[in-house]
Amino acid sequence: MLLIDINACIGCGLCEANCAFAAIRVVDGIAEVNENCTLCGACVDFCEAGALQIEGREEAVKDDLSQWTGIWVFTEYRHGRVAPVSYELLGAGRKLADRKGVLLSAVLLTDSAGEVPGELISYGADQVYVVEDQGFAQFTDDVYGNALEDLARQYKPEVILAGATAIGRSFIPRVATSLKTGLTADCTQLDIQEEDGVLLQTRPAFGGNIMATIACTGRRPQMATVRPLVMKANAPDPGRQGKIMRCAIAPDRLLSRIKVRNFFPLAGDQVKLNEADIVVAGGRGLESEKGFLLIAELAQELGGAVAASRAAVDSGWIAYPHQVGQTGKTVSPKVYIACGISGAIQHLVGMQSSDTIVAINRDANAPIFDVAAYGVVGDVFEILPKLIDKIKETRAS
Amino acid sequence: MKIIVCIKQVPDAKDVRLDPKTNTLAREGVQSIINPYDRHALEEAVRIKENMGGTVTVMTMGPPQAEEILREAVSCGADEAVLVSDRAFAGADTLATTYTLSQAIKKIGGADLILCGKQAIDGDTAQVGPGLAVRMGMPYVTCVRKISAAKDKPFIVERLMDDGYDEIEIELPALFTVVKEINEPRLPSLKGKMKAKKLSVTTLTAADINADASQLGLKGSPTWVVRVFAPQFKGQRTMIQGTVQEQVDQLAEKILEWC
Ligand SMILES: Cc1cc2nc3c(=O)[nH]c(=O)nc-3n(C[C@H](O)[C@H](O)[C@H](O)COP(=O)(O)OP(=O)(O)OC[C@H]3O[C@@H](n4cnc5c(N)ncnc54)[C@H](O)[C@@H]3O)c2cc1C
Ligand SMILES: Nc1ncnc2c1ncn2[C@@H]1O[C@H](COP(=O)(O)O)[C@@H](O)[C@H]1O
Repeated sequence: MLLIDINACIGCGLCEANCAFAAIRVVDGIAEVNENCTLCGACVDFCEAGALQIEGREEAVKDDLSQWTGIWVFTEYRHGRVAPVSYELLGAGRKLADRKGVLLSAVLLTDSAGEVPGELISYGADQVYVVEDQGFAQFTDDVYGNALEDLARQYKPEVILAGATAIGRSFIPRVATSLKTGLTADCTQLDIQEEDGVLLQTRPAFGGNIMATIACTGRRPQMATVRPLVMKANAPDPGRQGKIMRCAIAPDRLLSRIKVRNFFPLAGDQVKLNEADIVVAGGRGLESEKGFLLIAELAQELGGAVAASRAAVDSGWIAYPHQVGQTGKTVSPKVYIACGISGAIQHLVGMQSSDTIVAINRDANAPIFDVAAYGVVGDVFEILPKLIDKIKETRAS
Repeated sequence: MKIIVCIKQVPDAKDVRLDPKTNTLAREGVQSIINPYDRHALEEAVRIKENMGGTVTVMTMGPPQAEEILREAVSCGADEAVLVSDRAFAGADTLATTYTLSQAIKKIGGADLILCGKQAIDGDTAQVGPGLAVRMGMPYVTCVRKISAAKDKPFIVERLMDDGYDEIEIELPALFTVVKEINEPRLPSLKGKMKAKKLSVTTLTAADINADASQLGLKGSPTWVVRVFAPQFKGQRTMIQGTVQEQVDQLAEKILEWC
């Protein structure tokens, strides 16, 4: 429960103004809480009078935390390919492990490990737990979940990280529930709390309008899925030494209750947006399908990919696979050129980690300029044709 | 066939916004709605029922006013509604939520099929579906974009993956979470609205579901929110000035340097 000390409350309204759930109101000079309260505790931090307190928080169960040590990264390996997010997580996990002075381990579940364990070491792992079994040939939540759960019970890591991909978001909740521990989905930032070494997990909520930092203090392991392309992978070091540990899982835990009968890959014309170094993106400012030809031309000239805001996709000027943002893809190219895009928060969360952002918009106050390294206030229909010409011209000479 | 659809009342996310300068919330006109994905779960349940017979029960864990969405769901084709509500549930994270929902489902006699939305738009966690399946001891498939059902045969479902989709065979009882492309939800019917008006919603409290108090609400939640803040962005914001041609020349020079 949220306890309000009516003697301490000064009715300033900071709590009301900061409640994301409209759960607290100042009535007759005193804060009052209603049933919308989710006990998130945001108001407690904002209260300057010290009048608010959340009862019950400190009672949360405590495991014997000292037995759990080390950072784990689940390696997503599907159709013969390691998902890039796994390397990114080894980069992020390396930093966390170094700060805590613990080992970084990768977990690899596969029907055939090949050279992958060595690669994981070159990207920063100190050890790799490898389970090789035919049961991992297809992704099934129960078999992958059982295996990771059993390894975690046996080797007791304090942190488990996985990509917030279709696979990670599907089976990691299974593992967390079985281990009766906390899980934070879709994190964009990870940090260690100085005092107690707890993992601080930051993620967007409410469609990206709000960021929340989550902690799991009383249970282990602390589990998080992390958005692809927000962490940076280290350059692989082929000379890095590490230990490969081959593990076995009980046979009955490798039997799935579902059967994957077939796989249908994405059609060939679907963009590989999230792997492009250069992305040219268009928004509502392009006004039509025809307007997008300018975007396509510039992208082609630069050897880049075409992206779009949701407004452009919803208008039917370009297909959904090109959409960048909260409900589309996350991209992190070297250069992102945003043309006629206002820069709504839901768009920004999908491209803000690009190395260099260029914005072209005729409205000097468009929020896209807040994330841009270089901004041009102008009309895309004037700028883009000239820009394409200029680039062609310079390249030709 | 007994189908349970788990639905959640959420604030309409597009209205919720923190002002990055004051860190205060602009929330004029924030409406409570049925989580959009859950509408698709409900629609799919009603279609399966129409096809194969059975009942559709909608269930939500939430405050008393969440009853509104249960009635709305009944007007769109659900037969029965269960509100799981108790002050003891407040502050639940996904672990405590799945415990509570699973106890409630067991209390009303279990289910052959449980449908959830892919995720709730307030938290976007997508954890309740899988967690609930674990608690119920059921196999599950997430991000389902198509369900093919026939009597006395396993269900065939399509699971959306990052690189395409998987076609999966699965026996009931099972749980699926669904994505929006699975169907187009129907609007409330007149008959449905009448039914919704008359319906008596079953309410279950912590005592009714034989809950272990230590697994409920805040006490049963290992995760907690340390801080809430507005997203911040860092741009150098160098504006390229001059006539259009001057702007283009400078920009082209920079771009050619990078590419
Ligand atoms: C839950 C939720 C999820 C969402 N997910 C996403 C998402 O994944 N991705 C996404 O992009 N959006 C998403 N949105 C939508 C987002 O809020 C915005 O509505 C959208 O990004 C706006 O697209 P836009 O910038 O192209 O259009 P607008 O906001 O209309 O901006 C158009 C811009 O073009 C400029 N302009 C117009 N004409 C010209 C011209 N001739 N020359 C130069 N500039 C010009 C205007 O000044 C304006 O700034 C989501 C919204 C919600 C609620
Ligand atoms: N309090 C709740 N009551 C009923 N169903 C819920 C509740 N919370 C989540 N769900 C279901 O679980 C799905 C995923 O929610 P989440 O894990 O919160 O993103 C939703 O689409 C609902 O189907």
